[in-house]
Amino acid sequence: MGMTMTQKILAAHAGLSEVKPGDLIMADLDLVLGNDITAPVAINVFKGINAKTVFDKDKVALVPDHFAPNKDIQAAEQCKMMRQFAGEQDITNYFEVGEMGVEHALLPEKGLVVAGDLVIGADSHTCTYGALGAFSTGVGSTDMAAGMATGKAWFKIPAAIKFNITGKMNQYVSGKDVILHIIGMIGVDGALYQSMEFVGEGIANLTIDDRFTIANMAIEAGAKNGIFIVDDQTIDYIKAHSSKEFTVYTADEDAQYERTIEINLSTIKPTVAFPHLPENTKTTDEITEPVIIDQVVIGSCTNGRLSDFAKAAKIFEGRKVAKGIRTLIIPATQKIYLQCMELGYFKTFVEAGATVSAPTCGPCLGGHMGILASGERCVATTNRNFVGRMGHVDSEVYLANPEVAAASAILGRIADPSELPKL
Amino acid sequence: MKVKGKVFKYGNNVDTDVIIPARYLNTSNHQELAKHCMEDIDADFIKNVQDGDIMVASKNFGCGSSREHAPIAIKTAGISCVIATDFARIFYRNAINIGLPILECPEAAAKIEAGDEVEVDFDTGLITNITKNETYQGQAFPEFMQKIIAAGGLVNSINKKL
Repeated sequence: MGMTMTQKILAAHAGLSEVKPGDLIMADLDLVLGNDITAPVAINVFKGINAKTVFDKDKVALVPDHFAPNKDIQAAEQCKMMRQFAGEQDITNYFEVGEMGVEHALLPEKGLVVAGDLVIGADSHTCTYGALGAFSTGVGSTDMAAGMATGKAWFKIPAAIKFNITGKMNQYVSGKDVILHIIGMIGVDGALYQSMEFVGEGIANLTIDDRFTIANMAIEAGAKNGIFIVDDQTIDYIKAHSSKEFTVYTADEDAQYERTIEINLSTIKPTVAFPHLPENTKTTDEITEPVIIDQVVIGSCTNGRLSDFAKAAKIFEGRKVAKGIRTLIIPATQKIYLQCMELGYFKTFVEAGATVSAPTCGPCLGGHMGILASGERCVATTNRNFVGRMGHVDSEVYLANPEVAAASAILGRIADPSELPKL
Repeated sequence: MKVKGKVFKYGNNVDTDVIIPARYLNTSNHQELAKHCMEDIDADFIKNVQDGDIMVASKNFGCGSSREHAPIAIKTAGISCVIATDFARIFYRNAINIGLPILECPEAAAKIEAGDEVEVDFDTGLITNITKNETYQGQAFPEFMQKIIAAGGLVNSINKKL
């Protein structure tokens, strides 16, 4: 029986020539990731199983990004614990504040993940690296600890859904709208336990940043992973960022899929997910009642990359944030921060009345740097809009692309960029 | 192995942000986490929960973040078993790893109501609703999962083997 991309990567890492959905395998890991929230729990487990050293000090990545720069004393203690562990274990890929970034933007940028890799991370958005043709998935802290100790993890081989991508995106549409459109269609459990495999001629019309955004939110459809075919763009990206060897896996002609979903990019419109689930989507032209907002956040592992700020800067150029709206710009990594500075985007943002923060996951998960009060509403380029996600239990988060977020900041309500007065 | 308790009932897509809000994740202390379990959808849960009580919910329980703090908070709060139509995959894995028994059973998820007295037999997967005098067949745990649960989680299970 033919295998999907995911099944081939898993089989290869388990030393098997063939696997089928439901098989339980033990696989070798290329990278194990943790952050300041999940790693402390994993470190306690690691010590609890009497492990002495990590399986490979080059294949563990530790990133203080969630509540870092330290938001309070307790968070500082958690970061300290991870820092000490990284020191004791001589972890190569520990990234301190000043060189760190939001983990899923940082790791590909540092060249730590390439096509064909098998990566686990104690963070649900670890599925982001599928954009590069890797198998990557989120796990808990116990699995992270076992992975750090042994370099292995068990997996149940997933079935898959094929997304056949065709066409080209219209103006003000980007990867975020594609994935929100898909989640709106299949639901937050639409791909439960399955792989989402993205193939088709339309992939060539998606930038690597678009693909990162799409793969990042595969978990919001319940998927085990999201993965893209590898093309010239992928290879260019990998070569520009990494010296690691990579392997390109393609699905067999007769690979089995639970279903195939056709996605024509030209039919997708700017899309917003309303509270309190990513599946509650509306295209901007379906929003009939004005949704008045209090805050806008542009950043995160979903949409905190250079192209996201380039798009937002273009909208803010020569315009002002509406009176009373707090607009937070959070570049995902130090490198992106520097590029935004050099390209003049920060000047544009600050002149528009937005504020720029150091890289952090911060407000996305209601940590710090932009928490909402009761009754407040935020348009965010982040990935979740669950109850209380960004602060008070009675606050609301609306998920959107960076251009819609910027236009909303300017008009003080959820808005499509085409609604902005011409300059 | 059997557990018995009073039911706390929830709906679809109970996410890990409501099980344990991120604002409390600046600690990994189990007791501290348990104090805030379910706070954002059921503020009275932690006041009313008794050791051995059972949580029942519908589709996609535990969706969202990979935080192991979520099953830890539920287990430490005293819950002996979670029954749902189905579970989000990271939560499922985490629950087994930390020794929180979970069971997929659509019929039980549909018929059990808040406050019902329910007994669960992990060896057979049989769920008995004592209040309603009904039984529902859930999936029995495979042997390796039963061992992990009996040991109180993957770590204890590994340490027992060593």
